[in-house]
Amino acid sequence: MRKLCDTLRRAIELSGLRDGMTISFHHHLRNGDYVLNMVLQEAARMGLRDLTVNASALFDCHEPLIGHIQSGVVTGLETDYMSSALGSAISRRALARPVLFRSHGTRPADILSGRSRIDVAFIAAPTADPMGNCSGKYGPSACGSLGYAFADAVKAQKVVLITDNLVPYPLTDASITEDYVDYVVRVDAIGDPGGIVSGTTRMPRDPIALRIADLSAQAIDASGLLRDGFSFQTGAGGASLAVADYVKRIMLCRKIHGSYALGGITDCMVDMLESGCFQAIQDVQCFDLRAVRSIRENPGHREISAAQYASPDAKSTAASSLDAVVLGAAQIDTDFNVNVHTDSNGCIIGGSGGHTDVAAEAKLTIIAAPLSRTRMSIVVDKVLTVSTPGSSIDMLVTQYGIAVNPSRPDLKIALEQADLPLSDIHELRRKAVAINGAARPYVRRSDQVVARVLGRDSKVQDVIYAVE
Amino acid sequence: MELKHGAVAGTLESSDIMVTVLPGAGGTRISLTSTVEAYYGDSIRETIRQVLRELGVENVRVEAVDHGALDCTIRARLSTAVRRACGEEHTS
Repeated sequence: MRKLCDTLRRAIELSGLRDGMTISFHHHLRNGDYVLNMVLQEAARMGLRDLTVNASALFDCHEPLIGHIQSGVVTGLETDYMSSALGSAISRRALARPVLFRSHGTRPADILSGRSRIDVAFIAAPTADPMGNCSGKYGPSACGSLGYAFADAVKAQKVVLITDNLVPYPLTDASITEDYVDYVVRVDAIGDPGGIVSGTTRMPRDPIALRIADLSAQAIDASGLLRDGFSFQTGAGGASLAVADYVKRIMLCRKIHGSYALGGITDCMVDMLESGCFQAIQDVQCFDLRAVRSIRENPGHREISAAQYASPDAKSTAASSLDAVVLGAAQIDTDFNVNVHTDSNGCIIGGSGGHTDVAAEAKLTIIAAPLSRTRMSIVVDKVLTVSTPGSSIDMLVTQYGIAVNPSRPDLKIALEQADLPLSDIHELRRKAVAINGAARPYVRRSDQVVARVLGRDSKVQDVIYAVE
Repeated sequence: MELKHGAVAGTLESSDIMVTVLPGAGGTRISLTSTVEAYYGDSIRETIRQVLRELGVENVRVEAVDHGALDCTIRARLSTAVRRACGEEHTS
């Protein structure tokens, strides 16, 4: 049996891809990915039209997608996250059909249950053998975990692997295995290593971010969760990354032996694993080169699928055992609803990723954010888009103090006893207005829906409107 | 105050405003680009007019590029640009 195709075109032909079908992609190559553009360019040359693209995330490197939308090759988009260049085009009506936003947990749940059908999955594989065993850990375009691609491999009608590092059969340390793969294509490069993972994730030095991080770590400690067996997730940006550093200091100082770190994995989490803060890392996505090396070399650092990470349909997940998670927000309102989809002008700038999932599952969910960014209050009366409902959020930590969700009076008492600077979400809102000045109220200028945001129940949780 | 020449204050950094003032003829002309136009555009223009009145500047062209500066920053940058344009020296 021969799965190896001489060209991408041949693999697409053999896959039976036709007008109107849905194709899928994973985003482990992040802003260095060549594969999505490569496949769409070939599909366009073949005269295919009316395709729906289901990608676990889309980055600025995928801007050629807008051209394929304009020419009618792509008429549908489903994703968990979209960076701002694409988001801006979508918000300005690039696509007639609204984009469908899911979370990283809901995407595999919908795929595996059949609610979301994928005709052909195109899987970027940093290393593969000719029968389709593949791994993200090796090769010039190594990205570490391939966690987001598993559901696609299992359920797509046809699976095409695209690799730039073809090795002899059998690749023994494989993530996705040959039993799921129909075709394999070798290309010159699947991505730009510089855009795939950053060399190092840099710890912020901004004193406001450090203050927020310090308070967040102290709040986790005060909650009582920071003891032997502790499990933890944090984001890779700004204050949330710095929280890991403060938590590490507490754990080392008190010799706390945690259970696992979860999520998108950075240098800092690897450091915590290697210094004994955790016995394991459960990894759906590597953010930097040290994380890639660690998942390759350290048996305690293991790859998990997106479904095992956070699917709401799964019997249990890494998220459902999670103690504490620190997340960011573009906006948070006085009911603790969080927006990570749109900016203050209502324009798409991101998406949930795993935000909604881990917030719902963790015992303690902290939003760490400055009170304002460039004169725009982060704490608002009503978020423009509900990405994560307030019922999933336990507290907001800002540089001006901590607001605990009134649904967690126990947590408020614990923080009071630890002498942490407590505030109230309405008080923080007033403070933001006092500093920034009263803003003109937001006025929506369009009734055209450009995106639907699905909740963890796979039902529409909110909609996003076009902007001018 | 009478502007002798053009002058600039501020930067294009986030949370700052870069203000350029030029001697004008016949009143005040303000052109503003702001990342927070929808929320604070009118308020920024009003602050600029107010600071110019306070300084007694009548004939001026103001070009402001704002990246979310607070009201106090807008006042400080504009006032500095005007003083520079009027040839006011640094005093300690």
